[in-house]
Amino acid sequence: MSTTKVKKMLFILSKATIENVYAAFVMANGARMEGIESEIFFTFFGLEAIQKKKLNHLHVATVGNPAMHIPTMLGGLPGMEAFATKMMKKEMEKLDMPPVDEFIEILSASGVKLWACKLAVDMFHLSEEDLIDDLDGVLTIGDFYNKADIEGTQMLFI
Amino acid sequence: MEAVLAGIKVILTEDGYLSDFSQWNKEVGTELAKEEGIEMTDRHWEVINWIQEQVKAGNPLSVRGIKKSGVIDIKEFYALFPGGPLKISTKVAGVPKPKSCI
Repeated sequence: MSTTKVKKMLFILSKATIENVYAAFVMANGARMEGIESEIFFTFFGLEAIQKKKLNHLHVATVGNPAMHIPTMLGGLPGMEAFATKMMKKEMEKLDMPPVDEFIEILSASGVKLWACKLAVDMFHLSEEDLIDDLDGVLTIGDFYNKADIEGTQMLFI
Repeated sequence: MEAVLAGIKVILTEDGYLSDFSQWNKEVGTELAKEEGIEMTDRHWEVINWIQEQVKAGNPLSVRGIKKSGVIDIKEFYALFPGGPLKISTKVAGVPKPKSCI
């Protein structure tokens, strides 16, 4: 067990942009590297990060994203989103950041529990075959709250 | 800070890592492991050897690297060195604390 007062980190991932998915993954993995328990609840667009067909095709937003510091007209040009995403993925690979599918393998092997939100799964008409094999199950948010089962559990919404 | 491990005077960093790798030997490693609550086995030493080789070659250490190492898989790594395996195994190996986020 870690010496930090944080003993367990629970993440709710609701978005499918690459920076949000990586934020959740890096934080969950970082927790495990410190001996902190960790679980991720994928809801709404966060489900894309655990859908077999979509998880390696996540993008960074180039429109409506002031943090990109490019004019909206430019950001909206065909191919810009794919280009910006490609650049970002290149930089991440330089830092030894794995692609989403490999990252999920690492998380699962490191003991991070991965859960799909039942409400979102129903809303998007998904089935078990659409979701990754490493998924630990489909839960309601109530079930996920109950994963806060030890002192020093923190919950983050992404 | 100074400490005595396996009868040898060693210098440790604030986090308890060996400051000078030349002071490391298997007995020192075993002592460091004991402080982390780990009983070393041949399997543990295989990982330690790999880590030391990586550091010698100047390769950065990461959990992803462990996966690609061909020596051990991540699940076993977490089982052998419970509670922050990269932190603990590098301490036992007498190499500096890794600064990796993966």
